[in-house]
Parts: sequence; C-alpha cells; structure tokens
Amino acid sequence: MTKPTDSRRQFLQKVALGGAFAGSFSLPVWAEQNKLDVANDLPESMRKPGKAFSNYGHPSPHEQQVIRWISANPDAPGNGVSWTPLHDLQGTITPNGLHYERHHNGVPKIDPTQHLLLIDGLVDKPLSFDVATLMRYPMISRTCFIECGGNSNSGWRSNPIQSKVGYAHGLVSNAEWTGVPLKLLLQEAGIKTGAKWVIAEGADGAALNISIPLEKLLDDAILALYQNGERLRPENGYPMRLVLPGWEGILNVKWLRQLRLTNVPAMSRDETSQYTELQTDGTARQFTFVMEAKSLITSPSLGMMLPDNPGIYQISGLAWSGRGKITRVEISADGGDTWVDAELHGPILDRAFTRFSLPWYWQGDYSILQSRATDETGYVQPSRDSLITNRGQYGFFHYNAIVSWEVTEGGDINHVYGI
Amino acid sequence: MSTAFKLLSSLFSVLLCTLCYADTEHQTLGKPADNLSSQAQWNLTITPEGKNLPVGHGSAEQGAKIFALKCAACHGPAGIGASAEPLIGEVGSLVSDYPEKTVNSYWPYATTLFDYIRRAMPIDAPFSLSADEVYALCAYILSQDDIIAKDQELNEENLPQVSMPNRDGFIAIYPDKH
Repeated sequence: MTKPTDSRRQFLQKVALGGAFAGSFSLPVWAEQNKLDVANDLPESMRKPGKAFSNYGHPSPHEQQVIRWISANPDAPGNGVSWTPLHDLQGTITPNGLHYERHHNGVPKIDPTQHLLLIDGLVDKPLSFDVATLMRYPMISRTCFIECGGNSNSGWRSNPIQSKVGYAHGLVSNAEWTGVPLKLLLQEAGIKTGAKWVIAEGADGAALNISIPLEKLLDDAILALYQNGERLRPENGYPMRLVLPGWEGILNVKWLRQLRLTNVPAMSRDETSQYTELQTDGTARQFTFVMEAKSLITSPSLGMMLPDNPGIYQISGLAWSGRGKITRVEISADGGDTWVDAELHGPILDRAFTRFSLPWYWQGDYSILQSRATDETGYVQPSRDSLITNRGQYGFFHYNAIVSWEVTEGGDINHVYGI
Repeated sequence: MSTAFKLLSSLFSVLLCTLCYADTEHQTLGKPADNLSSQAQWNLTITPEGKNLPVGHGSAEQGAKIFALKCAACHGPAGIGASAEPLIGEVGSLVSDYPEKTVNSYWPYATTLFDYIRRAMPIDAPFSLSADEVYALCAYILSQDDIIAKDQELNEENLPQVSMPNRDGFIAIYPDKH
C-alpha cells in the first residue's frame, strides 16, 4: 500500500512536472485515498487508547534527565546534598521530588503515629503534640524559598566552576508550605520571662540541634506538615519540620522532635563550627540567619547553546531575598557596563522566588550576561569583587554575588567571574 | 407550654448551635509533658556551662584506641586528611592565607565536641558510644594540640573548663547587626 506521504510527494511532483492536466483523471483516486488513509497521517497517540490511570503520577519518561544532582560523602552516603535542577525548571514552584536536600546523616524513616513534638524549657507547662493532634489546629500556607547557607559556595573559589546553574546554585527551592503557626503552640505552652532562644532538635541520625531566636518563631515560623499541597516528603522532614521564611536552611529543622526555650544559645556544632563565616582577620560571623538577595539567569545558562546567530532569546531567571519582596531585577549583556530592567512575573511574594524575563536580541558578538536583584529594603545584590572585599574569600557560607555567563561568538555559554 | 413546643424549641437550639462558629479559633490540645521533659532522651543538648553532661570520665590514651577503631576510617589515622572534616592541627591558621577550620583551631567550646560526638558519631552508629568513650575521644582530640595535657582525664566537671584557642573568635551578627 502506498504511504500517504509518498502519495502527496508524488502529487506535488506531478503538479510540478505536468501542470494542471495531470489532475483531470486522477483526482477522484487521490480523494478516495486521502479519506481511507487519514488515520495514518495522525500521530500514534491518537490512534489507540492511552495508558490506564495511575495512583500517583510521575514525570514523562522523556524528562528523566531532570533530576537532583547528588553530591555526598562516599563513606557516608547520607551525608551530603542534592541540588535542584534550576536550569530545567520554569515558573517558581519547585516540584516536591526536586526540592533540594541537605542531610547530615540520611533520611530517617519515621512512623507518624509514633512521633512526638515536645515544647519545653522556659515555658509555664511543657507540652507534647502528636501529628493527629496538630492536624486539628488552624493552619496557614506560605510560599517561600528555603536556601542552604552553603548554596553557591563554589563562587568563593579562585576559578569559576563549570557546572550547570542548578548544580552550582540549586541548594535553594521554593514551595508552598502549610502547617500550624508556631506562635500558637508556644503561646499554649506559655512563654516564661527570660526566654530568648529555642533549641530545635531533629529526629534524624544526626539528632541535628540548633538555636533559633524565639522572636523569629513568634513572628512568621510555621510547623509545616504539607509541602505543595501534599504531606511533607520524607527528605523534607516528614512528618513535621520548621519553616522559617527567609532564614538559612539549617534552621528549618526537619523531622522536628523538640523545641526547648532557653535564655542563651546552645553553641551546637551547626552554629559554631559550621554555618559561620570566617573573615580575613580570623574572626567569624555567627548567627547570620537571613539569606540576602540573590538572582540567577537560568536560561540561557551554562550547558545551553544559542543556535541562531543572530537571534532573539528569552532571558529568564529567578530572584529572591530573605528580607522581603524583590522589587527590581536588572540584566546586563555587556558584563555590567549597562543594565536594563527585566520584567518581574507576578505574584511577587515576600521571601519567595520571583521569576524575571527579558527578550534579548543576540547579534552574535561576545557577551557577558548578568542579573542583579534589588529587594524592598533597598539591598542590592553585590558584585563578586564587592562581596569578597567585604567578607574575604574563606567565608564559605552566604555567597550571593552576581553570576556571569559568557556567551562566545559561537553561541557557547561558560561561567566566568565578571565584575 | 406544650411538650411538642418544648421539643421543637430545644431541637431548634441544637440546630442553631451546630451552625455556630467556634467561639475560640481552636482548642488547646497539647498534652502535659513534665515527665518527658525530665527524661535523659529529651535532654540531649549540652550547653557551654556543661548542663546535661552525663557522669563519666576518659583519657587521651583510651581515646586514641577508640579513635583508631571507630573514627580513623573517615577522619584519617591522625584526625586529618580523609573523607570527613579535619579534627586536629592548624591551631593559629585562621589568620593565615590558608586557614583550616579544625576542632582544635576553630571550635569555641569543648562541650560542643562532646555534644556532637555523642549525637552524631560514629556516623554509622550515632548514640552507640558510652559517656566514658566520648570523654576519652574528647581528651584524645584536644590533647593532640596540647589544649589539655596528654595525661589529663576529662569528666563532666572539667570538660566545660577547657579553654579552646578560638573561644573569642566569633562575632554575633544577630541581633545587633542583623
């Protein structure tokens, strides 16, 4: 049987070669064939039933390369991180299966019916709460980013790392968290005079403990039970975790088992030896809780190619600030000499990812693409030079400098240190 | 008043009540937990003053043996150079061009070392060490840089007294410079 595509090709050839006469006797035959073979012109997906329903959906098998990239200690595979593939995502919400992970000793298996949260210390009455009880409390939802204090730390190195944007800057994710305002539970226990800090402890294999200012927990902290509408994923703290909008990831304690109110911080390992920033004079910044404004161009970015020269490309990226809303993102294509305001995509939420974009006409010349975020407090994302001048090069944590992508004349994209 | 009316009116008031919103927004449902709060498993955090330190003691000599058996695989036989973070040496390096943050060069409190070893180490068996073993490991690590004497035994009384080289090396950003 003649394939319809062959038929059409022959038809076009006949028309081209023979002119109008060719159709006078053959037209009914072609019309008949078209009617019979129309099915063969349709994609296979339209010619048979699809797959049955699924109890829980998964991404298309064609998207299997969109994954968290794992970087863990070979001697202790539960100690490390996995990076959100920011370069493969659009919009602002991080899918639950791609939310970044930082575990100090693996993901614990917790039976929610056996798990308790204890609130004690400088309170009128120590109280415990199980999950079923917490489900009866009023809940709030808050979309916010959580960012590891160590995100982007390769920026401190002397040479720019050639990793895709998510695999160098993806220890940050953005989700809608739903749970009980911590304030309700603390007030129920009754806060004693003198309480200033709260030592939070997780029920994981590192029994992670860290001190949090009480005023943050009374301000906007959530005891989160849901993540993007479903119960927390095990790797994100199931059955309950702290969410402290805008503050560094380590404080958002997962698998939360205890909140002890005290007058002084515990000086635990993760608030002294880690998550502190060594400066050139040998002193270290401690209790640097807020994640300051940062932005990244996620497309085009390292690992992508610009196929058309010249061509129009949609610059797209993410900006966020632990101090509030993003008010401005500027783009430069000449390494910071000139800047143009990008469009900010709403809704612009407090301490959450904001997507920005700007169409760019690339004329084929060497370019350095950068983005620079400003937040509602007026804080402007610093250049790398300025960050290093202020903080030295050994701080490791809280790197938020402008990221520069070099576009070569051939359309390749590399990571460079610009201004 | 007829019985029927009474029945009707009481039924009506029941119906009204079921339609009412709650007077307060939620019930206070926390369970009193004084008994939990006093138990050791809910008092894991050890403060710089030594609160919650268990009774026990250990020497550097004992610690060296435990270290070789349970720590060296990740931390290196001399507490430096393997897959885990370096523990020993580099005291005074923080102001140099190549600063190294080891326990002995960087950590401000010896109590933190006890707290962290007990809750998180060895990484394949947290909480598996006895209090004596943890004191011994602290003594071994600290004595390697002469922060304590090689023959000094550590216990719940003297561990908080240990003076770490970088005790005053931290500047609190919260709350004043936050």
